[in-house]
Amino acid sequence: MDFLNGITLIANYIIIPGLTYGSQLALGALGITIIYSVLRFSNFAHGEFMSFGAMSSILLSWLFLSLGFTLNPLPTAILVLPIAIVFTISYCIIIDKFIFKFYRKQNSKSVINLIVSIGVMFFTGGLIRFIVGPGDKNFFDGERFILKARTFKNITGLNEGLTLKTTQGITIILSVLLVILLFWFLNKTKTGKSMRAYSDNKELALLSGINPEKVVLITWMITGTLACVAGTLYGLDKSYKPFTYLHLVLPIFSAAIVGGVGNPVGAIIGGFVIAFSELIITFAYKKIFFYFLPINFVPEGLSQILSTDYKIAISFLILVLVLLIKPTGIYKGKII
Amino acid sequence: MTNSSRIKIFYILMSMTLLFVGFFQSWNVALTIFNLCLISSIMTLGINIQWGNAGIVNFGVMGFAALGGLANIIISMPPTQNAWEAGGEIIIVGLLIFTLSIFLSIILFKKSNVNKRIKYLISFTFIISGYFIMRLLVDTPIEKIEAIEPAKTGYLGGFNLPVLLSWPVGALLAAFSAFIIGKISLGLRSDYLAIATLGISEIIIYFLKNEDWLSRGVKNVNGLPRPVPYEIELQSKEWVLKVSNYLDIPVTELSSIIVKLSYSILFCAVLLIVLFLLEIAVKSPWGRMMRAIRDNEVSANAMGKNIKQRHLQVFIIGSAIVGLAGAMLTTLDGQFTPVSYQPLRYTFLIWIMVIVGGSGNNFGSIIGGFLIWFFWVQSEPLGLWFISQITTHISDTNIIKSHLLENAAHIRLMFMGMILLIALRFAPKGLIPEVKR
Repeated sequence: MDFLNGITLIANYIIIPGLTYGSQLALGALGITIIYSVLRFSNFAHGEFMSFGAMSSILLSWLFLSLGFTLNPLPTAILVLPIAIVFTISYCIIIDKFIFKFYRKQNSKSVINLIVSIGVMFFTGGLIRFIVGPGDKNFFDGERFILKARTFKNITGLNEGLTLKTTQGITIILSVLLVILLFWFLNKTKTGKSMRAYSDNKELALLSGINPEKVVLITWMITGTLACVAGTLYGLDKSYKPFTYLHLVLPIFSAAIVGGVGNPVGAIIGGFVIAFSELIITFAYKKIFFYFLPINFVPEGLSQILSTDYKIAISFLILVLVLLIKPTGIYKGKII
Repeated sequence: MTNSSRIKIFYILMSMTLLFVGFFQSWNVALTIFNLCLISSIMTLGINIQWGNAGIVNFGVMGFAALGGLANIIISMPPTQNAWEAGGEIIIVGLLIFTLSIFLSIILFKKSNVNKRIKYLISFTFIISGYFIMRLLVDTPIEKIEAIEPAKTGYLGGFNLPVLLSWPVGALLAAFSAFIIGKISLGLRSDYLAIATLGISEIIIYFLKNEDWLSRGVKNVNGLPRPVPYEIELQSKEWVLKVSNYLDIPVTELSSIIVKLSYSILFCAVLLIVLFLLEIAVKSPWGRMMRAIRDNEVSANAMGKNIKQRHLQVFIIGSAIVGLAGAMLTTLDGQFTPVSYQPLRYTFLIWIMVIVGGSGNNFGSIIGGFLIWFFWVQSEPLGLWFISQITTHISDTNIIKSHLLENAAHIRLMFMGMILLIALRFAPKGLIPEVKR
């Protein structure tokens, strides 16, 4: 019984939150990685694009709710997600047309593009705060839990409860679907293959008749979709505040770099590595020891490796470690 | 237009704008803006020597500024009674053991000739065991120190020395951490370096936010001593009363103007010294070498220049200047608030200043610092004015109008983004471009 209780405890506090947060990071890191491998720069504005996507979902779901459309028991945000994706893609393409295109034509250095993306970050951040305000927005409706702690306890008769929030379920399922779709697109379709060719060797791809503008357009469409879904899911799960997305950029970059920049599989792995290490390092192991060790060996304190306040700092710590030990990341980067 | 005439025009325009604010808004506001402009331009000079002259992307401005601020606490606050007896020394010893374990693991990693995996394993075990030994030693004293009057102190305190000393110490603290950070990350490509420095600066802020025994964390340290007299003291001085009668300004206002003016004089002196030294450095063979490395690393390397060492050098110098400015900022505020360190305000805004002012030109960086800070402060009222102008025809009860007016303050971020994008597009070399030598 103690053993099962311990397992449930781990599942409840590490595995489920880790999978959720990991999928959100992975979707974000995929966006950054794809921009990097095709357009060759680190896009600092990606967090704000995610925020833009989340904002579109919020505004649309308010509109739909006022019109009386819901998707009970699922949140309305899922219903409006396709329209929000279109909004985000349009915004990305407009920004590209008016800003990034100029520097692409000039063949600017990647640092210049990076600084340009900071300008875009400021502008988009201001725009979002201007439209919805800086406050906290909760746009979750519908059923809160798939599995409640008490129900779980009643069914199994264990001391520890296991909860699965609807947002967590949605996040994991949607991420899996999106990733499968993305890999199918990149590996099986002609457009996807032309994109990979373009990112591998630009000159050769141009010579073989690939239209660069089309590749760039597709890239922004994929990025917009990923950003919108990731942003909306994060907002649904943890409530939407515009400034949190600025702080989310760094864990996402860490995820992309840890996995190997430019490699989609790496981005996903990196997302989960970051998410799980944040949870594992800041988890208080006291209760787990209580279940697994003989009672005399249970330590007195909380048995935390680092206090929970350092949660986000861990992603930077891992980033620094990876840059030190293996700058190319887990999977060697720079290819789609 | 030549550079020197550009410098004249922009400097005259900027001082006229500040004088305009002084005459039409208030001298207090003008001096507040001026003081922060001075500090911003010192930070900008620090980043400019790294980016403009050596091509290093340092996104860690926030961290170095915060370390400079920390120097204020360590130098100028009175030591907390009983805190050192409660185990201040043990904390220091614990930290030393942890650092020692890191150094040992690095030395072992470099010297030993075994399989790479075993090397990593050994280094890792060393660091981890060092960490746990530190935790074992440190945990109880930290608890004890944080329990000493947590509402008022609950931290080690400082050395009760004059606060002006904290400026050079802040610079040293920043320089020391820049040495470590540079050792870790300067080998990286520019994008990675940007992200790594940004990440490390966030780690520094998290450390200052959570280690209450050192900086009181989110409880802030208030009432830092000042290098200039207090307003209350001034108000009772005879000469202040005389001047106030003569100029027909209320004593309270005059006293705060005098305080701000004395800060301005101090900051101006520091700015001039830093500018003077940097101008010498940039014009010297050293500056020429830095630019040669920036423009073509391979050929500079072939000429026998040690690129890693030079990069590290300039990274330390620039970061020390940022640390100095950070210390000055905290002294001006009179309090240390770790929560207020945001990358948007510190790192990215300073970068906009460098790019807009002109990377590679010290005078350009200063004008960039002044201009952008001025806009940053004034864009809030400007945005409000703009919105109220375009919504004059809408009735006051309209929801859209009230919503727009409520969020008008956030236009400042949009302004800043647009300024940066316009500068990069139409004046990529900045207002005052680098001198062609």
